[in-house]
Amino acid sequence: MSDKPVFDRIKKEIDDNAVVVFMKGTPMMPQCGFSAAVAQALTMMQVKFKGIDVLADGELRQGIKEFSSWPTIPQLYVKGEFVGGCDIVREMYESGELKKLFDQKGVDYAS
Amino acid sequence: MAMAAAEIERLIKASLPDAQVTIEDLKGDGDHYAAYVVSSAFAGKTRVQQHQLVYKALQGRMGGELHALALQTSPPEGKVAASEKGST
Repeated sequence: MSDKPVFDRIKKEIDDNAVVVFMKGTPMMPQCGFSAAVAQALTMMQVKFKGIDVLADGELRQGIKEFSSWPTIPQLYVKGEFVGGCDIVREMYESGELKKLFDQKGVDYAS
Repeated sequence: MAMAAAEIERLIKASLPDAQVTIEDLKGDGDHYAAYVVSSAFAGKTRVQQHQLVYKALQGRMGGELHALALQTSPPEGKVAASEKGST
């Protein structure tokens, strides 16, 4: 167990869900262009993912930044590992690396 | 509070002395920037680690007074960055 309860919650989310995006708003109703871009890339790839709205939870909004030592939202996690924020996800999406990563990690696609 | 491009560049160079920094003011409002940073410090590091070095150089301003900074980082040409964790 970690020293912060919010870290345990984050840990559980990224352990229980193969692909998780901590974002502003929801995948259907993103509240920020950067979050929208990541959700859109994943949707285009037809990957099953869980979007978690940090705007609905102030503790989570701050906690996720400390958890990953990453100052911005959105944040993408695949199989428990932090992959990156908006810029990195976009670069990896465009280069095909993101698809490679998903395939390698055995991520489920929507049928 | 917005931040001047020169200040962003100064902070990055203070922490990564060999860095070549190009900053673009995306909206001309002093609040939305894109930065391209090339530094030998990035060699052998994943993108996440490279960006974290830049965020560290900005000493907590990212996400605070610096609202939006699109980042692109790379080691100098010829030195290949490590692939993302888990990929080949």
